[in-house]
Amino acid sequence: MPGLYASGAALGALAATALLATLVRGGALALVYPLCAVAAIVLGAVDLHVLLTGAEATAQLPIGLPTVGLHLRLDALSAFFGIVINGGVLAASVYGMGFDRAKELTPRVEPLFPLFAAAMNLVLIADDAYAFLFSWELMSLASWALVVARHTDPESRRAAHVYLVMAAIGTMALLFAFGGLAGPAGGYAFDTIRAHPPGPAVAALVLAAALVGCGSKGGLVPLHAWLPLAHPAAPSHVSALMSGVMTKVAIYGFVRIAFDLLGPPAWWWALPPIILGALTAVLGLLYAVLDRDLKRVLAYSTIENVGVIFVALGLALAFRANGQHEAAAVAMAAALLHVLNHSWFKSLLFLGAGAVLHATGRRDLDGLGGLIHRMPRTAVFFLVGALAASALPPLNGFVSEWLLFQAVIAAPALPQAALHFASPAIGAMLALAAALAAACFVRVYGTAFLGRPRSVEANQAHDVPLVQQIAMGGLALLCILGGLLGSLLAMALAPILVDLVGAALPPAGSGPTVFALIAFDPARSVYDAPVIAFFVAIASLTTVLVVHRLSARRTRRGPAWDCGFPDPSPATQYTASSFAQPLRRVYGTAAFAARETVVMPPPGDTRPARFSVVLVDHVWQALYAAPGRAVLGLSERLNTLQFLSIRRYLVLMFAALVILLAIAAVTT
Amino acid sequence: MNQAYEISHLLAGAMLVTSFALLYQERIAAVLNAFAAQSITLALAVAWAAWSDHRPDLFITALIALTLKGIIIPLALRRTVERLGIHREVEKVVGVGVALLVGLALTGLAQALVVKVASGTPSHAREALALALAIVLLGFLMMIVRRNAVTQIVGFMSMENGLILAATGARGMPLVVEVSVAFSVLIALFVFAVFVFRIRERFDTIDIEALDRMRGDRR
Repeated sequence: MPGLYASGAALGALAATALLATLVRGGALALVYPLCAVAAIVLGAVDLHVLLTGAEATAQLPIGLPTVGLHLRLDALSAFFGIVINGGVLAASVYGMGFDRAKELTPRVEPLFPLFAAAMNLVLIADDAYAFLFSWELMSLASWALVVARHTDPESRRAAHVYLVMAAIGTMALLFAFGGLAGPAGGYAFDTIRAHPPGPAVAALVLAAALVGCGSKGGLVPLHAWLPLAHPAAPSHVSALMSGVMTKVAIYGFVRIAFDLLGPPAWWWALPPIILGALTAVLGLLYAVLDRDLKRVLAYSTIENVGVIFVALGLALAFRANGQHEAAAVAMAAALLHVLNHSWFKSLLFLGAGAVLHATGRRDLDGLGGLIHRMPRTAVFFLVGALAASALPPLNGFVSEWLLFQAVIAAPALPQAALHFASPAIGAMLALAAALAAACFVRVYGTAFLGRPRSVEANQAHDVPLVQQIAMGGLALLCILGGLLGSLLAMALAPILVDLVGAALPPAGSGPTVFALIAFDPARSVYDAPVIAFFVAIASLTTVLVVHRLSARRTRRGPAWDCGFPDPSPATQYTASSFAQPLRRVYGTAAFAARETVVMPPPGDTRPARFSVVLVDHVWQALYAAPGRAVLGLSERLNTLQFLSIRRYLVLMFAALVILLAIAAVTT
Repeated sequence: MNQAYEISHLLAGAMLVTSFALLYQERIAAVLNAFAAQSITLALAVAWAAWSDHRPDLFITALIALTLKGIIIPLALRRTVERLGIHREVEKVVGVGVALLVGLALTGLAQALVVKVASGTPSHAREALALALAIVLLGFLMMIVRRNAVTQIVGFMSMENGLILAATGARGMPLVVEVSVAFSVLIALFVFAVFVFRIRERFDTIDIEALDRMRGDRR
C-alpha cells in the first residue's frame, strides 16, 4: 500500500512538472528532465519492490465514472511493465538533460514529455475499464502532440494525422472490447470482469477487438502504417519512448485482456496473434531492410519485435489452453523478456540515432558514413544495441529469442492440427526474421558508422555531450547484463508466470551452472550465457592475438581499400541501397511489386544514366488508401443533402414519418 | 349515447372530406374556402363534444377555432392574396390524381395503424383518433405537394386542426394547452405572413423554389 502512495506522489510530480513547464519559458524548461528522471526512479523502485516482494497494492478513489469510481491496482504484471516503462523514461530523461538550453528546448515538447510518461504509468495501474481507456487516450494524445511538435514539416503533419486516426480506431476497438467484457450488467471494474468472464462468442469478439486496439498501438500488420511515420517524426528521445516503451503498453493491454480478464482460453484464440505476429515480424524487417531513413529503419524493426512478442503470446495462449503449463511458461517468459530487452536496445538505438541526427542533422543513411571515427562512443553504444537487436549471443536479445524458439520447438506437441502444422511455418518465418534483422543492422551500422563520410555534415560530426553518452552507455550496459544474467530476470518473472499461465520456468540453480537459463529440463534445453560469453571472449581474443602475431605488427592508417583504385569520391562506396539490392531482388518483387528501371541516354548524349526503383506498399493501398477514397467519395455524395430545398426536407421528414408509422402498423 | 358518437364521427368525417377537398383545389381562393369550411366543421365537432360530454370548457376551444381559424385567418389570408394579386392557379408538384391516391393510402395507413396500436380502447375513440391522424397526415401532404407559400400555411393550419380534433377526443386535455396551441398557431401565422411578404418583395413571386436560387442551391 505505501508503494501505491509513492507511485501516486511521483505521478502527481510528473503532472505538476507538465503543468509548470507550460508556464515557464527558455532555460527553465531544462528542469523538466531531472524532475522526470527522479519521478521515474521512484516509480521504478516501487515497481521493483512490488515485483520482488509480491506486495500487491490496490486503491479506490471517488473520482471517475459515477457509481464506478476509480480503481487502481499495482500487481506483479503491472509492476513488471512499470519497470520497462520507467527504465525507458529514465534513459530518455537523462538523455534530455544533455540538450542545449538555448536551442533544443521548446515549449512544444517539454511540457508534454512528463505528461506522456505519467499517462503510460497510469495505464498500467488502472483497474477498471474507464481508468484504463482514459489513461490510454491520454497517452495517445500526449504522444500525438509530441509527434506534431515539429508541425512546420508537412511530413510530420501527415504522420500526426495518420497517427491520430489510427489511435482513434484503436481506442474505439478497445472501447468495444471492454464493453464486451463488462457485459450487459456493466461491471467495469476489472475485479467484476474477472469474476464474470464472458461467454465464448463474446470472448471471441473481445479478443478480436483487443487485437485491433492493442495491435494498432503496437504496430501489428496490417495496422502498422502509422508507426514508421509517427515514431521518427517525434524528437529522438520521444521516439525512443514511443518505440521502446509505448508499444509495450500496447502489449500490456493485450496481456491484461487475453490472459487475465478473458477467462480460460480456447485453443484457437492463439491463431490470430501467431499468424499476424509472424507476418508482422517478416514484413516489418522487409520494410526495414529496404528503407533508407535511419529512424524509420528502427521504427520498422520495432514492428518486427512486436510481431515476435505477439507470436510468443499466441504460443502461450495455445499451450495454456491445452494445459501444457510448462511450455506456456516458456512462451510467456519469452514474450515478457523480449518486452524488457526490446525496450532497452530499441531505446538505445533511437537515442543513438538521435545523437547521429544531432551531430549531422541527417537521417538518410546514404548521407552518413565514417561516424565511428567522429563519434566513437556513440558508435560503440550503437553497436551494442545493433548486436542485441540482431539477437546475437551473449547480448540480451538472444535470451528472449532463444526462449521463443524453445517454445516453437515444443509446439508440435500441441494436439490441434492447425497449431501442429503451423508451428514449423512459424519457426521458419521467425528464423527468416532473425536473419533479416542481422542483415538490416549490418546494413545500418555499416553505412552509418563505417566507411567514409558521404556528406559534409557527416565529415564534421562530433560526439554528443557526456550526459547523453551516459544515457546510452547505461542502456548498453543493461543490454550486456541482461544477456549475461537472463536467468535471474526469468526468475524474477516467476510470480507473473504463475499468475498468467499457471507455471514458472525451472529454478535457476538446477542447471549445470548458476546462471544457466533452463527452458524445459536441464538435460536438453539450457542456455548458459556467461559460459558462452566466456568462450566468445576467448575466441575473439585468440583471433586478435593470432592476427596480430601473423601481421606486420605495425598499425598503419591508410585509405579504405577500394578495389585497388583509391577514388576520392565517397560515392564509390557501398550504399544502403546497394546493400539492400539483393534482398530487394529476392523478396521485394513478391512483397512490394518492386520494379527497377534503367534509363540510358542515347550515345553522344551527356546526360547521366538514371536508375530508379518503384516499390508499392500493398497494405497501404488496400487497407488505407482505398477506404480513405471510399469515405471521401461517400461524404462528397452525402454533401448534397446539405443543399436541398425546404420542400424536399419536408418530403424527407414526411417520408420518414410515414415509413415509421407503416412499420408500427405492420409489426405491432 | 351511441347517437352522440355517430354525430361526432360524422363531423370528423366531414373534416376529412374537406382535407381531400384542400388537396384537389386549384385556385387559392378555393383553398381558403375549403380551409374555412374545415375549421368551421372543427368548431362544430368540438362544440358537439362539449355538449354531449358535458365539458363546458371545450366551448371555449370551439369558439377559438371558429373565430380564429374559421373567420380571421381565412380572411387575413384572403386579403394577403388580394394584395399580392395571386388569384391564379397554384403550381403543384404532382398531379391532383396522384395526390388524391396518396392521400387515400395515408388515410388507410392511419386507420390500420390506429386499429393495431390502440387495440385496447373502445371502438368509437379509435375511429375518432384514426380520422384525426388522417387529417394530420393529409395536412402534411398538402405542405409538400404545393409550391406556394400561402398553401403551405394552409397545410400547416390543417395539420393543426387535426391535432385539435385528436385532443378533443382525448379526455382531460386542459384548456391552457389548447389556448397556448391556438396562440402559437397565431404567431406562426404572423411569421409565415411576414415571410410571404418578404419573399414577394425580394423575388416578385411567392413560389418557394425562388428561395433556393438565393441560396445558390445545387440541384
